[in-house]
Amino acid sequence: MSVPKYPRVLPCGDAAITVEFGDIIDDEVNARVLALDVALSEVRLPGVTETVPTYRSLLVHYDPIVIGFDELKARALALAGERRRSNRPTRRWRIPVVYGAEYGIDLEFIANNVGLSVDEVVAFHCAGTYRVFMLGFMPGFAYLGGLDPLIAMPRRREPRQNAPPGTVSIGGIQAAVQSVPGPSGWHWIGRTPLRVYARDREPMCLLEPGDHVQFFAISAEEWDTYAGRCEQFVEYEVA
Amino acid sequence: MIGLRVIDPGYMSVQDAGRFGAQRYGLSPAGAMDLFSLAVANALLRQKAASAAVEIGPFPATLSVVGGPVRLALAGADRKILIDGDEAKLNTTLLVQEGTKVSLGATRLGMFSYLASEGGIDAPAQLGSLSVEVRASFGSPYPRPLREGDFIPLHAASLAHAEQYIALEAPPHAPIRVVLGPQDDYFYKETIESFLRCRWTVSPTSNRMSYRLDGEALAHAKGYNIVSDGIVMGHIQVSGAGQPLVMLADRGTTGGYPKIATIITADLGRFAQIPIGGGVTFEKVSVDEAQRVAREFSREMQALPSRVRTQNATISDSKLLLRLNLAGDAVDALADAAEQ
Repeated sequence: MSVPKYPRVLPCGDAAITVEFGDIIDDEVNARVLALDVALSEVRLPGVTETVPTYRSLLVHYDPIVIGFDELKARALALAGERRRSNRPTRRWRIPVVYGAEYGIDLEFIANNVGLSVDEVVAFHCAGTYRVFMLGFMPGFAYLGGLDPLIAMPRRREPRQNAPPGTVSIGGIQAAVQSVPGPSGWHWIGRTPLRVYARDREPMCLLEPGDHVQFFAISAEEWDTYAGRCEQFVEYEVA
Repeated sequence: MIGLRVIDPGYMSVQDAGRFGAQRYGLSPAGAMDLFSLAVANALLRQKAASAAVEIGPFPATLSVVGGPVRLALAGADRKILIDGDEAKLNTTLLVQEGTKVSLGATRLGMFSYLASEGGIDAPAQLGSLSVEVRASFGSPYPRPLREGDFIPLHAASLAHAEQYIALEAPPHAPIRVVLGPQDDYFYKETIESFLRCRWTVSPTSNRMSYRLDGEALAHAKGYNIVSDGIVMGHIQVSGAGQPLVMLADRGTTGGYPKIATIITADLGRFAQIPIGGGVTFEKVSVDEAQRVAREFSREMQALPSRVRTQNATISDSKLLLRLNLAGDAVDALADAAEQ
């Protein structure tokens, strides 16, 4: 009889554990990570100090003076088996993008490489519904899954240093919106006036794991119309 | 305004224990590289172990006191401390008058010193911390490492206090202890043995984000890409080239290289103090053992204030005492007493 491999608990030193639900990028695996995150925040386990959901695992920081590894492991596994769901409705963001030209300097490169027209690449990019799997790498940087494999493109060999905030990019089979200025090895296809990270805004980060994202094309002339009121482009849907 | 003016910043930033709770949003916690030494500096000044201080890296640095007298204490990496040219000691409080220049030499041993001040740094916390996270624009009083001309607001010294010191034994020259994992199954058994046997050298490309270790290349058993997961302080990632990268205070919150082992909490500060070019070996311990040591370490941190002693002025300090204008202070001390 084979023992199910997941979920499993791995030590990260003496003050954190990783609860793994798989080793793939997958909606269901990610949903279970987020469900454990919600469950842990609801039970308020003494000693648990911070949790960090990622693609396929939940990192749980704890104070070993308050709770030991064995007890936390048992409690986490019990909660992981409950498959509890968040009460929060799934949020669907609609993000305006100016595609191509100086806004997306790699759009033509991608079109040439995948054998589609620029308009077709934009159409495929806008047709998808993307899932926010996790935030990481930089403040507010959301990894989006759900890109059409027809417009997937491996990362650049050399990253560029200063991607402007709002840069909409493709890296492998993932999509992203640049949150703060910084390096990017992904291909830049457009830019949005939406600020997914703003230090003094509540919320600081617009996109959260489990959210859905769609993109729609706007013209460069419409940039100012959309800038500054981007938080309006969210629709709520009950999961 | 009382405080310190930065004359030569070296590699200096304001740090406390770090900013926690926002790692899920991709914000690095930052914080002191050596929390034990930060706690020593604060214990000397009878304040909370994690109060913010100026963290000073291995290069020389100079500050000047402006606006009034402050009481300072330097702990952590040993270096020459000159107060207007007169030598002062590590792990000792010092009343320093307005206009005085505080010059710190390059570290003799170690990487980071902590310059704490009585009352802490007078700047607002952001999400519970003053620590600097550059990408997220967090940090107080500046959202970046310190530069020439910056002003660090402090509190005026309480003049009536006697100066304090603490005697610390040198940290042991023992291996840095690790718990294997979380991805030790991504390496051959022989690779893990090599990792534990090799004497590693801290690479010159190391910084507050991570220390790179030079030694032998470590072979991955299942490739060097994992689906990215969370990173803690002390995680040892192994890069595609087989080089260990020890993730430290300014680490990214997630990473895609397999992590062969994790440094235990009690040894993080001792590891961060290994200078560039310095050697290090690792020793494997169980999670249970690591947690026993963590409890011991926590007790040791809590016991620091009880080890602080009052210093008696000696003849050799007379020059310093004269310059500190003790007569004027005595008047102030009487005035304080009269008000009570």
